Amino acid sequence: MGEIIEIRWHGRGGQGAKTAALLLADAALGEGKHIQAFPEYGPERMGAPVQAFNRISEEPIRLHCQVTNPSIVVVLDTTLAGTVDVVAGLPEDGIILFNTAEEPAAIRKRLSIKGLKIFTVDASGIAKEKIGRDVPNTPMMGALIKVTGLLDFDRMLEDNKKKLTKKFRNKPEVIAGNIEAIETAYQEVKSE
Amino acid sequence: MGKTRMAKTGNEAMAEAIRQINPDVVAAYPITPATEVMQIFATYVADGLVDTELVPTESEHSAMSAAIGSQIAGARTMTATSSQGLALMYEMLYIAAGLRLPLIMAEVNRALSAPINIHCDHSDTMGGRDAGWIQIFSENSQEAYDNLIQAVRIAEHRDVLLPIMVTTDGFIISHAMEAMEIYNDKDVRDFIGTYKPLQPALDYRKPITVGAIDFVDYYFEHRRAVAQAMTNAKDVILEVGREFGRKFGQEYGFYEAYKLDDAEVAMVCLGSTAGTGKDAIDNLRKRGIKAGLLKLRVFRPFPAEELAARLSGVSQICVLDRSDALAATGGPLFTELLAAMYEDRSEHKIINRIYGLGGRDIKVEEIEELLSAQVSAAAGGKSIDRIAYHGVRE
Repeated sequence: MGEIIEIRWHGRGGQGAKTAALLLADAALGEGKHIQAFPEYGPERMGAPVQAFNRISEEPIRLHCQVTNPSIVVVLDTTLAGTVDVVAGLPEDGIILFNTAEEPAAIRKRLSIKGLKIFTVDASGIAKEKIGRDVPNTPMMGALIKVTGLLDFDRMLEDNKKKLTKKFRNKPEVIAGNIEAIETAYQEVKSE
Repeated sequence: MGKTRMAKTGNEAMAEAIRQINPDVVAAYPITPATEVMQIFATYVADGLVDTELVPTESEHSAMSAAIGSQIAGARTMTATSSQGLALMYEMLYIAAGLRLPLIMAEVNRALSAPINIHCDHSDTMGGRDAGWIQIFSENSQEAYDNLIQAVRIAEHRDVLLPIMVTTDGFIISHAMEAMEIYNDKDVRDFIGTYKPLQPALDYRKPITVGAIDFVDYYFEHRRAVAQAMTNAKDVILEVGREFGRKFGQEYGFYEAYKLDDAEVAMVCLGSTAGTGKDAIDNLRKRGIKAGLLKLRVFRPFPAEELAARLSGVSQICVLDRSDALAATGGPLFTELLAAMYEDRSEHKIINRIYGLGGRDIKVEEIEELLSAQVSAAAGGKSIDRIAYHGVRE
């Protein structure tokens, strides 16, 4: 059994946590990795806290239990941190990435986080500027690749371009906007 | 054989299999977590990718009734459902089997009400286990896809002619994306072949009566024939599983044995838990415990003799049931396996752990703990509960 990387996405219904997990898994599959992507299903509705999960491995994945000890957490909406335990199950050296304009040190202080590697990126700001609305999921993927080195960035970008082209055939501006957003977030993500 | 590696959820995999099967008729009513199977398939119908007549009905009872009528007429017919939907079909399930109709169902396992719950357990299909339907369980998306393709050949075989349901675990598989291989349309269509109904009701040159009354004079003979068909299905399932292996690379039988040859303790289960279980078995082996796993694929017909033979040398057996028969005798897999092992002369300790009802998670460490506790009890000569509920607050 090889090492399986587990990721948890926190978001609010409608922000694209599930889509982000699916896109990431699909991109990892494109690099020949074994993958799983699944959301947590409860009484979801717009704005309610939701979670989605990824498993990525070089070896086939047979596990079908829930992810409770991820090594990476992505928070699409930092206001969730007050009501949801976003660091639950993370190991001492775990990675947590927030969508916020704040600096990692400010987040650490404000949320009293001990240990962990904290990263921040203003994915909502980037999305509003590049895509025209607050859809932080694709830029967060760019930032995630930067801080984890999970996938080859250029190949992931290429893969996303292909998928977005298929989905938004009649809206080329959405495709370009998403790609720019991913690239910008990749450049702008901040560490402590 | 051409194969394409893709990321698909269990529901997408099932919908893809139905597209490739290209049934004449599909009749269905939506229900979580199976809804997506039909939602995706309906887009294939709308896009003209299949020749199927899709019949949206007002209830699952009507869906199964429409499917029965269409199959009687001579059309290859499929449906999909879950949980309460399957329960609402209950009356018609027996009729499909009694009329010897090779209907094919994609079933997504979900708990039954009450309390209302949308998550996975196997209570729904277990409710129909004596209805005369062949029942095949799947560990993951790949198996759901492979099993549905094989289902066509099994159900329509002249020695069988029984309805068949292929199941996946609700949400755990149905809504989880995994890597899998999709075969070429042509290869799948060559494998399943063209449907040639034995006595289509719409053949006006040979008029027949279907569903006529059958009292003390012939009812028993007809039910005896249904029982024989279920027995015959055993050979057909193995034959189709072997041919599938030759054509697509993965052979299928009644069960999958994992590290069972020298196992002193083995878990027996259905569905997705087998995947989690395999990781637990590997961990137990690293700790020096000779553990193994038997994943049952075919629950109906129940391969009793084959299971007894395969588990004969295993002294400690833990049967994990994701449903409760509420019979005060343990879960359905446990009681059936117990009966199957009765004539085996070796010494066994067979215990039952009912787990995961309503989608309650089971982790690798929990399975390790269950099996190692059984091994330690046996080694220390201590008694251990024969039937117990795992992972419940009580």
